[in-house]
Amino acid sequence: MAETLAGKIWRTHTVRSGGAGDDLLYIDLQLLHEVNSPQAFDGLRAAGRRVRRPELTVGTEDHTTPTRSVHALDPDPARRRQRSLMAANCAEFGIPLHRLGDPSQGIVHVIGPELGLVRPGMTIVCCDSHTTTLGAFGALAFGIGTSHSEHVLATQTLPIRRPKDMAVVVDGRLPAGVTAKDLVLAVIARTGVAAGHGHVVEYRGQAVADLSMEGRMTLCNMAIEMGARAGLVAPDEVTAAYLGDATADDEAYWRELRTDPGARFDQEVRVSAAGLRPYVSWGTNPGQSVPIDGRVPDPAALADPGLRQAAERALRYMGLRAGTAVRDIAVDVVFLGSCTNARIEDLRAAAEVLAGRKVAAGVRMVVVPGSARVRRQAVREGLDRVFAAAGADFRAAPGCSMCVALGEDRLEPGERAASTTNRNFEGRQGTGARTHLVSPPVAAATAVAGTLAAPSDL
Amino acid sequence: MTPFRSHTGTAVPLRRRDVDTDQIIPARFCTNPARTGFAGGLFADWRAEPGFVLNDPRHRAATVLVAGESFGTGSSREAAVWALLDYGFRVVVAPSYGDIFRANSLMNGLVTVTAPAPVVDRLQRLSEAGHAEVTVDLERRELRAPGIVHRFPFDADWRDRLLNGLDPIAATLRHEAEIAAYERARRPTPRTTEPRMTHAAL
Ligand code: SF4
Repeated sequence: MAETLAGKIWRTHTVRSGGAGDDLLYIDLQLLHEVNSPQAFDGLRAAGRRVRRPELTVGTEDHTTPTRSVHALDPDPARRRQRSLMAANCAEFGIPLHRLGDPSQGIVHVIGPELGLVRPGMTIVCCDSHTTTLGAFGALAFGIGTSHSEHVLATQTLPIRRPKDMAVVVDGRLPAGVTAKDLVLAVIARTGVAAGHGHVVEYRGQAVADLSMEGRMTLCNMAIEMGARAGLVAPDEVTAAYLGDATADDEAYWRELRTDPGARFDQEVRVSAAGLRPYVSWGTNPGQSVPIDGRVPDPAALADPGLRQAAERALRYMGLRAGTAVRDIAVDVVFLGSCTNARIEDLRAAAEVLAGRKVAAGVRMVVVPGSARVRRQAVREGLDRVFAAAGADFRAAPGCSMCVALGEDRLEPGERAASTTNRNFEGRQGTGARTHLVSPPVAAATAVAGTLAAPSDL
Repeated sequence: MTPFRSHTGTAVPLRRRDVDTDQIIPARFCTNPARTGFAGGLFADWRAEPGFVLNDPRHRAATVLVAGESFGTGSSREAAVWALLDYGFRVVVAPSYGDIFRANSLMNGLVTVTAPAPVVDRLQRLSEAGHAEVTVDLERRELRAPGIVHRFPFDADWRDRLLNGLDPIAATLRHEAEIAAYERARRPTPRTTEPRMTHAAL
């Protein structure tokens, strides 16, 4: 029977079929970070359980780490405690951990691929919703909660119901200047933030095949923002080239990792890449996004009362009026970072726009690389000097930073940011903070213009 | 896990859709490394607004949260569930849920009842009118309120686990032999020995 890629990975990882209920799924790799995990280890200790496969588990510090220096003492004792608990737990249970200052440390979803841990056909979990990022490699990767994380630590399996299959097919080619970020915002603007509930989304079509691995990671990263369990891109030559020679021995295996012709998807969304433009969010969820040459929409035009009420509330929170041209919105801060857009390609794209230009007076631009490796590569390429010359603050240490405002980096109440992150939720970047989600080129152009802008506007 | 058979309590209407877990518990409360102590963080930013429904004294004792579509989207933070439980909620009723939130709720014995939008709307109107006593009977998979009897779907294994307060890890470990057999037959996970990126390896 014709199967989807997700279906094949599921079938080959099913330890025990649960019929209409939960299957018991084998997990090839669990990634951990310092938030959300101490309770899992406490649970293991309380029950006298061990970690079944510590060698299939890898930890990092990212959510709360300082970004100005790897040596600075974090003034917050709660954050320090969280990180020392992580170190103690990983040591006790024999789990490798990349602490701040380690050459492989970084945002969990960025370092997994860099460490060569992520390969086609695997099942991967992490106590973090953006684990969907790793679906870019044709791996079934999804976020879980702390209790499920404890369950995987103890059993290397997860009781979980087989998700449905959804296809997002992007026909044609993306126009110049339109990135994976714009594409995924355009898709979510169309589907809404709940369309993917209970589904694995496989991104298909020419425009997806054209994307680099970095672009595919951006796309899959935001699968969770349309509510999907996971995002997937079938492995191909681009994947093979990224993974390098080490894949040659099992190439035949992962070349089977694709959806069979005639396989059925429970839902399908088709998007044409050709007409897309850079997208910017105006509201407080990623579905509330419009093209950059658009205007803040009028909630009164929305037929669904729930969506209308949400849009009205979003406009109040964002301090925006319906009908305002997106390009007239001035920002205080530009943040280039996060697991969505802080890989080397993202930094290059922003630096290309910033080269020979200056960040506008009154705008702060903060650049936080996704990993220590990305930072080293950026320095090797001289991107640090481009950022410095433009007046952007290129941080010394990687981490989640202003994406989640758990560490020192955050927006002040009422401040408005163009941010390459994935969530514009109320308070996400700091209490009362206002976030516009953008691509790295739009972030850089906005920093120069002081108002939301695409590079072509400069 | 504390067993859950049936619960009767008052309902509070949260008339918002796509409520994300950053609202249920803002990130700044998530540096607490325990599973308890999150009640103060529940909807902390919304509770700072005077008109927010949880600030209404009529709803102080509510144990059933009746929310709009796609409740609990966004992050995987289980603290969203711990905060709801700590505050006193035992049940959430909504037309749909974020997948990770729903899985987290089951793992902690917070019962998430799925009900179509018209049923949710009627429940919300009842509680707004002050007639908000609701019974959620997991044994019969039935929600009852004045003028409402709603049979809700609930996974049979999970119902069994919640009714008996079974530990899900212990339940899985009963299949240890099958896990071990899978591991013996399993194709070893290859690793890329040399980290690669599209730029030169570092
Ligand atoms: S960068 Fe943001 S979205 Fe990504 S893992 Fe960190 S906090 Fe989560």
